[in-house]
Amino acid sequence: MSEKAIVCKDLTKQFGDFIAVNKISFEVNTGEIYGFLGANGAGKTTAMRMLCGLSYPTSGEATVAGFNVSRQQESIKKNIGYMSQKFSLYENLTIKENIEFYGGIYGLTDRQLKDKQEELIGKLGLEKEVKKLVGELPLGWKQKLAFSVAILHQPKIVFLDEPTGGVDPVTRRQFWDLIYEASAKGITIFVTTHYMDEAEYCGRLSIMVDGRIDALDTPANLKKQFSAATMDEVFYALARGAKRSAD
Amino acid sequence: MPAVTLDHITKTYDKGKVQAVTDLSFSVEKGELFGLIGPDGAGKSTVFRILTTLLLADKGSATVAGLDVQKDFRKIRGCVGYMPGKFSLYQDLTVEENLRFFAALFGTTLEKNYALISDIYEQIKPFSNRRAGKLSGGMKQKLALCCALVHKPEVLFLDEPTTGVDAVSRKEFWDMLKRLKEEGITILVSTPYMDEADRCERIALIQEGRILSIDTPANIVKAYPEKLYAVKADSIHKLLLDIRLYPDALSCYSFGEYLHVSFRGQDKGPDLQQYLEQKGHGNVVIKETHATIEDSFIRSMGSAKNLPS
Repeated sequence: MSEKAIVCKDLTKQFGDFIAVNKISFEVNTGEIYGFLGANGAGKTTAMRMLCGLSYPTSGEATVAGFNVSRQQESIKKNIGYMSQKFSLYENLTIKENIEFYGGIYGLTDRQLKDKQEELIGKLGLEKEVKKLVGELPLGWKQKLAFSVAILHQPKIVFLDEPTGGVDPVTRRQFWDLIYEASAKGITIFVTTHYMDEAEYCGRLSIMVDGRIDALDTPANLKKQFSAATMDEVFYALARGAKRSAD
Repeated sequence: MPAVTLDHITKTYDKGKVQAVTDLSFSVEKGELFGLIGPDGAGKSTVFRILTTLLLADKGSATVAGLDVQKDFRKIRGCVGYMPGKFSLYQDLTVEENLRFFAALFGTTLEKNYALISDIYEQIKPFSNRRAGKLSGGMKQKLALCCALVHKPEVLFLDEPTTGVDAVSRKEFWDMLKRLKEEGITILVSTPYMDEADRCERIALIQEGRILSIDTPANIVKAYPEKLYAVKADSIHKLLLDIRLYPDALSCYSFGEYLHVSFRGQDKGPDLQQYLEQKGHGNVVIKETHATIEDSFIRSMGSAKNLPS
């Protein structure tokens, strides 16, 4: 039996008379790489905030790592990792200090922290840079480090909000190597992106339009369903009908 | 006379410690749609800030509309439009107030050059009384473009106008640029999205402050030296790792649904098939493919990073 990392049923968030997220339902399997796509303003961020335990749903239900998003938000936060393009690490702390800070927040013991730190620094080849401020690192390095820090506490699920925006094409691919590796270790990946080639790297993905999930399947099946050659065409076919546009 | 020229421009920050752009030279012809293609940190914004006279270069010279960026900075400011990467309009003014403000600043009126922006402005007109800070990303982008165009500039500088914008809005934005180009406006635009390069007449691929190549998108991909193959199989990640161990593989990286692979020497198609079947891969597909701008970029970044270790 494959345990579900995320189960989402009719999840809804309403702000006044604006329905930001409109009864979305989906399941994500443990260890799966799940792409969460949508146009600007489709409701992705609002949905992600509910799944991360940062916002209460208006109606509907969801469990993340087995915990209820309405009642067990603190347990969710302990069992997930999160990184985004906009916020990841503290630029004014060194690499070492950032690792220690996040390790401390997630309750790692000194021993665990030391082992993890060595492993992570070695894997990313940052031995010479540990005492550098994170702000001095090139964006690509920063993002790879941020991802490694987000899974420092071996969360069941990691949420990645546009992790590769603006990153060069080689580093973008190295970033996906890290994602594949984490997924092979059983960490579930929940990722958003505007790069349509990255949509192809997902096991399954959903596309949100105006608060709803309008399509959900493997990239190959979606292309078949929309008689499209690329995911770009699938996305365009779905999102061009969108009525909303917001951030 | 070219609309923009850069002649051996070098700029460093932090007392020379950070090399932003190094010995950069290129020119943009009048009426051309020219793209600066490169990731964050490549030096694109530095180029824009030097050309819009907001920053002085350490070395080299540059001209915009025939004017020197250092000596004639005031004149340049009057005849260029600039949309910075960060949204820089007045958040507390409404859409219309912002437009009128920028028009007044350039000594013109919204009505005078209305024909130029009408296409774009009509799309945000229903929100003309909304404060700019309350607009969605796509609408902010359109308003910023209108404000940069309101005085009918000779040269338009757009620094990453499509970053963080979804694929549909990006397509629409490039359609707008095409129409502006037809009005005779020279456009210098930057983007980290390689797939947008094809929308430009000529592009410069830029990385770590240096130009990797300058040409038309078609010529850049035509110059790709090796034969390129698209390969896929059931487990794409295992496939990637195995091909990187294949002795004749020159480069191998993911590219959407497929991996893109090039080889040392001649056609290695059939050999690879056998090798992959021995490694236990199912449903192996190997076919020839054409290089894209992204392939060219990756190759010129130094394929060292992609070599099988």
